Amino acid sequence: MKYQLSKWITARFKLNYGDFELSVNLRLPNSGITVLFGHSGSGKTTLLRCIAGLEQAQHGYLEINGSVWQDSDVGIFLPTHKRPLGYVFQESNLFSHLTVSENLNYGLKRIKASSDTPKFNHILDLLGIRHLLDRMPERLSGGEKQRVAIARALVLNPCCLLMDEPLASLDPKRKQEILPFLSRLNQELNIPVLYVTHSHQEVAQLADYLVVLEAGKVQASGLLAETLSRLDLPLSQDREATTVWNVTIVEHETEFHLTRVAFEGGSLSLPAIEAKIGTPLRVQIYARDVSIVLEVPRATSILNVLPATIMDIVDGESGQSIVRLKVGNQPLLAHITRKSAVILNLKIGKEVFVQIKGMSILN
Amino acid sequence: MLTSADFATLLLTFKVASLATIFMLLFGTPLAWWLARTRSKWRGLINTIVALPLVLPPTVLGFYLLILLGKNGVIGEFTTWLGIGTLPFTFAGLVVASVLYSMPFVVQPLQTAFLSIGNQPLEAAATLRASPIDTFFSVVIPQAKSGFLTATILGFAHTVGEFGVVLMVGGNIPDKTRVVSVQIYNHVEALEYSQAHWLAGGLLAFSFTVLLILYTVLKTTPHVK
Repeated sequence: MKYQLSKWITARFKLNYGDFELSVNLRLPNSGITVLFGHSGSGKTTLLRCIAGLEQAQHGYLEINGSVWQDSDVGIFLPTHKRPLGYVFQESNLFSHLTVSENLNYGLKRIKASSDTPKFNHILDLLGIRHLLDRMPERLSGGEKQRVAIARALVLNPCCLLMDEPLASLDPKRKQEILPFLSRLNQELNIPVLYVTHSHQEVAQLADYLVVLEAGKVQASGLLAETLSRLDLPLSQDREATTVWNVTIVEHETEFHLTRVAFEGGSLSLPAIEAKIGTPLRVQIYARDVSIVLEVPRATSILNVLPATIMDIVDGESGQSIVRLKVGNQPLLAHITRKSAVILNLKIGKEVFVQIKGMSILN
Repeated sequence: MLTSADFATLLLTFKVASLATIFMLLFGTPLAWWLARTRSKWRGLINTIVALPLVLPPTVLGFYLLILLGKNGVIGEFTTWLGIGTLPFTFAGLVVASVLYSMPFVVQPLQTAFLSIGNQPLEAAATLRASPIDTFFSVVIPQAKSGFLTATILGFAHTVGEFGVVLMVGGNIPDKTRVVSVQIYNHVEALEYSQAHWLAGGLLAFSFTVLLILYTVLKTTPHVK
């Protein structure tokens, strides 16, 4: 992912609520999807609300794409309604006294824009809500409400879209109904997204850039693949620890029902995917599905065996070792037993091979 | 049957109650909004003052108003200085007294309605480029519609039903301050029971209908659309 020079968010906030303190100093790319990840009480929603101006931090500096929205040192605080952003709340928060169409037009009227544009129609189709226009919000399902809320924010053509756990109030089936929309949004409309969640799955599926928050402080901030594989973060110790690779389809092996995809410095075989050669894909590899061998096995049923270098190794919980490797240019995590690490004499810098038992395709 | 004097009191009552209701909505709406939103330490005190007419004997309120609005009262001196003269025993004085007396019946339903809207729709409106004033007119008022209806009905009906304050501040002047409740009193004093019956029965029917509407139609369908 390439970042334009001027498309950055600089956010510094200090805010106290009783025994909670938010204290962050971040520089984020204002492009792609940036996920603010953390447990409840980590301050991720408060941070998002500070960026939207719904919360006013006692000490704060916020600059988006070169314009200053808050600078407490000189008394600048742009009220929310003057910030050109979009916000999607955890509960859809549609106006109950207005129809779907009136909800969508509420913001447009205020920026004196028309709803009769190709972009407006494109958003209706993208989110599949055209047939709901005349309904009242109380007659929509949870998933439909949230899609309307997303559209209502998007039609204003915001400079960035802030989303506060937009899927948290939905059941798993509805989540799967909306997730694909979210990744398409960013690609098709090219609107940068700041996305708050506590779900590993949403991080893997959506994030380009990841910020990890804990107790009001930033634990890590960086590109997804690098941040996921940092051994100093609890993320890499979690049973659900993963790495996410961006790959491209290069070949279909129809006789074996396989598709070959390439990444920077190698290639992988995946179960057949019906998509054109050149299609970008996001592949998730669980650390528990990666094993390490010292030589290329002569006979194995595992297709994906790749040369790798050990970058780091730490002890995890209950007899586990967590290994960070580099495959080509991609970071990769492996959870193995400490006994294996000792037997194989794994050390930083050692050249090994990794066997990847399984992967999931995220889009 | 009703005499033309009775009809004159009915018309006057309607005029007082309508004007008072309009003023109560004008002043009561921002007041109720402030009470519903503020974290100020003055909130409790203001709430108490607004609610006082609910528990005070109307004669007490009327007595103090008479003094305040009279020639030597603070407000009386001010209105004299403005060239309006003093308000007691005038139609305007009656309206002012009614506004103060019935205010809690307007402010309290509005305050409840505003509180039940909560913060979320206001925040959503702000993220959709609506200024706070714009939000008040485009989100708060429509969503508090049933609260406004309740406030209007209660404020109007309560003003129609007042007696003590009217007598203290307005007196009993035909066509200027003689409202229905006072006229009933006059009839009873003069032992004209059948006249009193017509007016009293009329007020009873009016109040019953108004409350019936409130408790049936409005309560069962709070979201009229």
